[in-house]
Amino acid sequence: MRIPAAILTLLAGMALVLTGLWVGQNINLLPEDASLNAPVYDELFKVLFSIGTILLIGIAGLIVYSLVRFRRVNGDQGDGVAIEGNLPLEILWTAIPAVVVLFVGIYSYDIYDRMGGMAPLNDHSMHAMHSDAGDSRTWAGISPVAMEASTGEPPLPVDVTAMQFAFIFHYPDAGITAGELHVPVGQPVALTMKANDVIHAFWVPQFRLKQDVIPGQPTLLSFTATKPGRYPIVCAELCGPYHGGMRSTVVVEEPQTFADWVAQNSPAASPDAPTAVQS
Amino acid sequence: MTLTLSPPSATAPPLQPQGWLRYLSFSTDHKVIGLQYLVCGFIFYLVGGALAGAIRTELLTPISDFLPRETYNEVLTLHGTVMIFLWIVPVVNGAFGNYLIPFYVGARDMAFPRLNAVAFWLIPPAGLLLISSYFIASAAQSGWTAYPPLSLTTPATGQIIWILSVLLLGGSSIFGGINFIATILKLRRPGLKLMQMPMYCWAMLGTSILVVLSTPVLAGTLVLLSFDIIAHTGFFNPSLGGNAVVYQHLFWFYSHPAVYIMVLPAFGLVSEILPVHARKPLFGYTTMVYSIMGIVFLGLIVWAHHMFTSGTPPWMRLFFTIATSFIAVPTGIKFFNWLATLWGGKIALNSAMLFSCGFILNFVFGGITGVALAQVPFDIHVHDTYFVVGHFHYIVYGGTVFVIFASIYHWYPKVTGRMLNEPLGRLHFLLTFVGFNLCFAPQHWMGLNGMPRRVAEYDPQFELINQVSSVGALLMAVSTLPFLVNVILSAFRGEPAGDNPWNALTPEWLTSSPPPVENWHGEAPLVHEPYGYGVEPGSLSLAATSGRDLWSAGDPERKP
Amino acid sequence: MTSLSSTPSQRPEALGPQTGEHGASEHPGEHHGDHRMFGLATFLVADGMTFAGFFAAYLTFRAVNPLPSGSTYELELLLPTLNTVLLLVSSFTFHRAGSALRRNDGDGCQRWLLITAALGFSFLAGQMKEYFSLPFGLTDNLFASTFYAITGFHGLHVTLGGLMILIVWWQSRQGGRVRGGDPFPLEAAELYWHFVDGIWVVLYGILYLL
Ligand code: HEA
Ligand code: HEA
Ligand code: CUA
Ligand SMILES: [Cu+2]
Repeated sequence: MRIPAAILTLLAGMALVLTGLWVGQNINLLPEDASLNAPVYDELFKVLFSIGTILLIGIAGLIVYSLVRFRRVNGDQGDGVAIEGNLPLEILWTAIPAVVVLFVGIYSYDIYDRMGGMAPLNDHSMHAMHSDAGDSRTWAGISPVAMEASTGEPPLPVDVTAMQFAFIFHYPDAGITAGELHVPVGQPVALTMKANDVIHAFWVPQFRLKQDVIPGQPTLLSFTATKPGRYPIVCAELCGPYHGGMRSTVVVEEPQTFADWVAQNSPAASPDAPTAVQS
Repeated sequence: MTLTLSPPSATAPPLQPQGWLRYLSFSTDHKVIGLQYLVCGFIFYLVGGALAGAIRTELLTPISDFLPRETYNEVLTLHGTVMIFLWIVPVVNGAFGNYLIPFYVGARDMAFPRLNAVAFWLIPPAGLLLISSYFIASAAQSGWTAYPPLSLTTPATGQIIWILSVLLLGGSSIFGGINFIATILKLRRPGLKLMQMPMYCWAMLGTSILVVLSTPVLAGTLVLLSFDIIAHTGFFNPSLGGNAVVYQHLFWFYSHPAVYIMVLPAFGLVSEILPVHARKPLFGYTTMVYSIMGIVFLGLIVWAHHMFTSGTPPWMRLFFTIATSFIAVPTGIKFFNWLATLWGGKIALNSAMLFSCGFILNFVFGGITGVALAQVPFDIHVHDTYFVVGHFHYIVYGGTVFVIFASIYHWYPKVTGRMLNEPLGRLHFLLTFVGFNLCFAPQHWMGLNGMPRRVAEYDPQFELINQVSSVGALLMAVSTLPFLVNVILSAFRGEPAGDNPWNALTPEWLTSSPPPVENWHGEAPLVHEPYGYGVEPGSLSLAATSGRDLWSAGDPERKP
Repeated sequence: MTSLSSTPSQRPEALGPQTGEHGASEHPGEHHGDHRMFGLATFLVADGMTFAGFFAAYLTFRAVNPLPSGSTYELELLLPTLNTVLLLVSSFTFHRAGSALRRNDGDGCQRWLLITAALGFSFLAGQMKEYFSLPFGLTDNLFASTFYAITGFHGLHVTLGGLMILIVWWQSRQGGRVRGGDPFPLEAAELYWHFVDGIWVVLYGILYLL
């Protein structure tokens, strides 16, 4: 006895969905995650990856099946059946993608909110750390307000200057200027970024964060590192011939090591030493 | 051909020089102009491909060794500009639009034949100008997006030539768009209703609306940019008080619709090819039309998804995320309709069909990554990385270029009167499909893992994957060979095709191959049902009938 | 299924290429199948989008790039207002030229055309006068640059339109193309002129009044 086609289709659909879910959960295409944002981001990625896999395999399967099953046998000059449309079917495949993208949109909005992307630039209780925050020309990738809210700790302010072809980091509290970004693990860091010449972009793949650094308008980006280590800072916006070489490193350290580093490099500690510029 | 047509009208003296020379002349025949676009575009495709070859060679190693860094940036700028403005846009719009639209609306030529010729003849000089800039001074180095302030600080001559050339190409595109709108809306053969036009007409109508509405904004923006370069105004120059992000808004207001300018005509072409080779009506004609218009509308209001890291305000990001994601809905309708067109058909697995199906696969891949990119939190990680490069090559190459090849296989018999060689065509498909996926699939992984785009030197961890990608590119280059051989040899030796080798129903097949000047000897046929293939379920014996029988024997009384 | 009928066309002139750009001159007085006005209208939509882009840029600049205090400048309103009136009146006089032609009053048509052209060129003169009396130059600041770019681009349109009027005037003389029965040049120039006037009204509102 033949198994009814409806049942086979149902089984195929279930297998497809399971495969998609399995792929999304188990195939990791992302680099290490090293910030509070990163696991949240990875959650979204898994969902998108699952949906994408289901759609792609499903459609690829349909095409291959059609090409094989309905291929023209040699010598057959006939036509297929004249079916010109099917309204319920059309409504179905308008509705399903609409629901899917609506879900994806709302879900990613939620993710973005959890990453801190929707937070205001400054709440009024905040220290006047960013004098120009709130100016209509200051923009934020992730605002420090969000980071402070999620960790309860005041952020460590760092000024970033991007220029052809380097990043310079300045710690206003300690007075340090460096070519590498040192940050303590677990404490939020609030970057205020300015560009001197052309547009650059600050990107740390392991943090899943990127923000353009635009001349003429300061941008804010905040993050909280979660794993000690050295991660690349990559300039992601074409900025001239040496764009590819415009890289730096973010060094995430245990709070104690970080404190040592600050102490060693503060101009206050060794007043004669020239401002440390390392790279 | 057993069609009885009324005797040739004794009007119409020949319009232009005869023989091959007319292809180099200021011809006003839409078929000649269409071929001029096609061949000219293909030459620029080879140029753009050679530039891509230079890119992939440089990227074989993590260090910048093959090209000087400045040259690398020139090469990638030229590659992007040539491929978009001199290959994809002129070919899917200009070439096929000019060749097919007058047939489809039952006209003898475009609405404005001379404007049409002018539009074409703007292209070769613009292209030569662009490429010559590399030899004259140095070509533009700021990417095809030419973001200021970078484009204000790179060598001025190259950038100005780039602007001039893009302005000329934009002008050509606008003239073409006006012509298509007028032809489709005004030149329809009496009795042909809008909802009876072949789908490609709708696609071109939508595309031309986008061209007319968005290209002028790019032109205006580039004029302002050139003022910034030449006259030292400060529109986009922050150090003079200007605003660099405004340029991005204006640029993408054109360049996002431009991606649909590159793909909507391809959608239309596929809608023509699939029914013929699957011997079934196009599924869901009406929803197809609405989805094209939906894409046109949505396409105009999603541009800022290219600027999620440019520091746009949060509400803007939210709006553009949702609007962009929703493009998946009308696009999805089209894809499911194509699948339903294939379903239950009698599919001929020829090169045209293979390339069309390859298109569907690749485009769905690129569309899915596109919807992912539309999500702000996802995009801020992968923006300006190879993930984006992967996304758009899946669409522009895997989508549009595949369709261009499919269309060449499909319409070659009409244009030349001879068939292309099938085994060579399938070899071409195989090489292209494998090479393409080998080249661009791994790029998604690179992007996710930290490789930015537009770099000549990169983190050594990506070396192996980049080499795989380059091998894929080499395969793609090789795949051009069987195609060229096929196209050139078949023009002389190909099997004669007859007038209608595919038994197709759309009007271009209802004339001789190649078609005469003015398209038909006599009255233009009135085709009410361009997709009237197939047999009523149960009404006729499946083995015995075909669309051709039906249109020659069918009763004209049947409701459209 | 498919119905392929070869019914003789009711409007054969809608088919041939000869009804294209030069159609009407071959079929004097024939308006069917002449799509040049339609093409021109489409082109003007495109042209309008260029202005829309400029206006959008201007408004954004205003919103997010406030000028440093002290460098703002209040534009004088008298001259531009006068200019607005000139253009509006010229739209009207052009219309009169058209009606005169339709009444077969060739001389009247020519007269109104000249008046229109004169109004257009006075507008340009007024614009020049304003340029020279302004205390800022093209590159002084963002506002200045945008102001000159937009008014300059519009002025270019007026100049072209003025030249077009003179050409139409020439063609509307005894035995010229327009009098010879092809009203297209006149109608085209008129539509273009109304378009340029309309843009000016928007421009005036945005640049001077806002
Ligand atoms: C022909 C060209 C083309 C086309 C058609 C598209 C189509 C789409 N693109 Fe793409 N895109 C480009 C060419 C194109 N793109 C280029 C050149 C760039 C880079 C420019 C540069 O920076 O140099 C780019 C960049 C780009 C970005 C910016 C990335 C960045 O720089 O950070 C984004 C972000 O939203 C995006 C999104 C989309 C989306 C959502 C679609 C959608 O239209 C896709 C819709 C299609 C589908 C979704 C598949 C079919 C649908 C179904 C089967 C239904 C079911 C599906 C779901 C429920 C998801 N594209
Ligand atoms: C629109 C169409 C289009 C097409 C068809 C292609 C086709 C290809 N592209 Fe392109 N690409 C773009 C549009 C396109 N690209 C754009 C817009 C950019 C962004 C630019 C920017 O950042 O500003 C880009 C950028 C881009 C990059 C990223 C560069 C960077 O960011 O650093 C890469 C890298 O691999 C690449 C590769 C390729 C390859 C291998 C092909 C292959 O598919 C090409 C295959 C074709 C051939 C190989 C031709 C074969 C013929 C020959 C080889 C004959 C040799 C000729 C002579 C001897 C004269 N492209
Ligand atoms: Cu800085 Cu790229
Ligand atoms: Cu886009």
